[in-house]
Amino acid sequence: MKIHEYQGKELLRKYGVPVPRGLVARSPEEAYHAAKELGTAVVVVKAQIHAGGRGKGGGVKLARSADEARDIARQMLGMKLVTHQTGPEGREVRVLLIEEGLPIDREFYLGIVLDRASGRQVFMASAAGGMDIEEVAAKTPEQIIKETIDPAVGFRSFQARKLAFGLGIPGALVNESVKFMQSLYTAYEQMDASLMEINPFLLTKDNRLIALDAKVNFDDNAMFRHKEFLDLRDLNEEDPSEIEASKFDLNYIKLDGNIACMVNGAGLAMATMDIIKLAGGEPANFLDVGGGASQERVEAAFRILLADEHVKAVLINIFGGIVRCDMVARGVVESAKKLNIKVPVVVRLEGTNVEEGQRVIRESGLNFTVAKGMKDAAEKVVALAV
Amino acid sequence: MSVLVNKGTRLVVQGITGKEGSFHTKQMVEYGTTVVGGVTPGKGGTTHEGIPVFNTVVDAVNQAGANAAVIYVPPAFAADAIMEAADAGVPLVVCITEGIPTLDMVKVKEYLSDKATRLIGPNCPGIISPGKCKIGIMPGHIHREGRVGVVSRSGTLTYEAVGQLTALNLGQSSAIGIGGDPIVGTTHVDALALFQADDETDGIVMIGEIGGTAEEEAAEFAKNNVTKPIVAFIAGQTAPPGRRMGHAGAIIAGGKGTAAEKMTALEEAGIRVVRSPADIGAAMKEALNS
Repeated sequence: MKIHEYQGKELLRKYGVPVPRGLVARSPEEAYHAAKELGTAVVVVKAQIHAGGRGKGGGVKLARSADEARDIARQMLGMKLVTHQTGPEGREVRVLLIEEGLPIDREFYLGIVLDRASGRQVFMASAAGGMDIEEVAAKTPEQIIKETIDPAVGFRSFQARKLAFGLGIPGALVNESVKFMQSLYTAYEQMDASLMEINPFLLTKDNRLIALDAKVNFDDNAMFRHKEFLDLRDLNEEDPSEIEASKFDLNYIKLDGNIACMVNGAGLAMATMDIIKLAGGEPANFLDVGGGASQERVEAAFRILLADEHVKAVLINIFGGIVRCDMVARGVVESAKKLNIKVPVVVRLEGTNVEEGQRVIRESGLNFTVAKGMKDAAEKVVALAV
Repeated sequence: MSVLVNKGTRLVVQGITGKEGSFHTKQMVEYGTTVVGGVTPGKGGTTHEGIPVFNTVVDAVNQAGANAAVIYVPPAFAADAIMEAADAGVPLVVCITEGIPTLDMVKVKEYLSDKATRLIGPNCPGIISPGKCKIGIMPGHIHREGRVGVVSRSGTLTYEAVGQLTALNLGQSSAIGIGGDPIVGTTHVDALALFQADDETDGIVMIGEIGGTAEEEAAEFAKNNVTKPIVAFIAGQTAPPGRRMGHAGAIIAGGKGTAAEKMTALEEAGIRVVRSPADIGAAMKEALNS
């Protein structure tokens, strides 16, 4: 789960990570008062969306007075901010973070992430702060230094010192930066984060170390022990159809194509998208209805798929294992009748009781096409999607 | 032969009295798996569907001679269950549970690092050696005894591949679902090594998906260590970057872990990569005949 910068900073502050003084604003007036209250010569107005690259897209601006902060807020609130991570449609800005301006001396990068190959967390640091770290990793990987964390002993002081000296942090500030990094790691571990990035990690001209930005993602699997974080979810940042799907425990991701698919199992669902593309079509979504593919979930899935006006045909691909194909088929037929489905539907069933399942579809009176095998199914649905 | 599980496997089911554990225990017994016990703390000394229930895994090992464990406990307790089985000295632990926090798995991996226990999963369908032993949730009847090894990060996509093989009269020596999480016990590399060493496996089907570098590592390993033909398919060729495709581990992060990269790495290692998931079985047949 992703959260906003201002939320991440509030959490980090509790763990003793220094962050700039800042206030949230949801209107130009609030921005004006926030700037007044902060009282610094310069304030920074930052658009809060779940995407990186905000600065380049015009989502981070300096204001030299409270009036200017209000003017900037007026422009930013409601605008569609486009960055390299938002896609061309951009994201609507609804919340701003107004922060004190700070005298920047140097900008570093800090990040904590799982290294899947070793199964351990890795603490990364780079002197090339303020830049897109993926670009740094691709072009000048030697500029990123890493310390792998041994889960038996955690992130050690000596590791933080190695990173601090590696960044070229002045000797007098090394101990403070060790404390900074260790607080950050404690926050990462105790909050079950899946990613934490401080970019830039700021050294000010008056020798303070501050998290100027904060990107915090949580491990969805660990949310059961962090119920308090559920309130941090911002539904405005999610696709409405994906929110609806999540209510039914359906794994749904909206895409740009016109052939919807409904599949049991994540791997088979991805493979179904792939074969639609190979057959010359474009998948409209990823959808895993789960192993059970119960009638309730199939019905919810149909509703969500068909709410997308681009959808011209639907492919249902179910591999019946423990769940029997005839049961799935009955659920599909009942739902289709109830919802009065008009678009062409191709059904491919395989596995337990497949013949009975196919018979249920054929004798349903619905204008469904029964396919044999994934290739046949993909070709048939692409032909019907016109 | 087969890998990891066979007629000598004596299984203990952790979470046997739960809904999932209870249902799949029945299925496994019907398939012919020797289930020697179950574990539900507090229910030791009772029986469940005629199977003795123990309070701890070590009791099941000492009193019933268990040499493999399968875990059907909720995600909050699964990491502990894996460690308990390893502590009891169980050589093979299969964890079906989906949704274990990553930080828990980091600890599990560390805990297992100096133990002889092999973990399969978590978030996986399990392992089957057709006709001999089934541990997990896969439909047994789609499999057939034979000489193709299957390894996959997915559940139903594995069944799809197995279904294609069986339809072409290509039976399976063993099929291993290694799981869709970022951290798993047994990897593609481990599975390739096991199948390469198995005298009764002639060819290997390897099914990967986007995210991580497990397939690239498998390609590197196969180039130098595997002489048997391998057919590979990578799911997620059309997956958008930055989105988790159902499995916790199936995500293209920072432009890394794409299907294209993996397919290139595999092809460069001399592995037959099929573009279409419908071609897996046919490609294996062709590879075995050539």
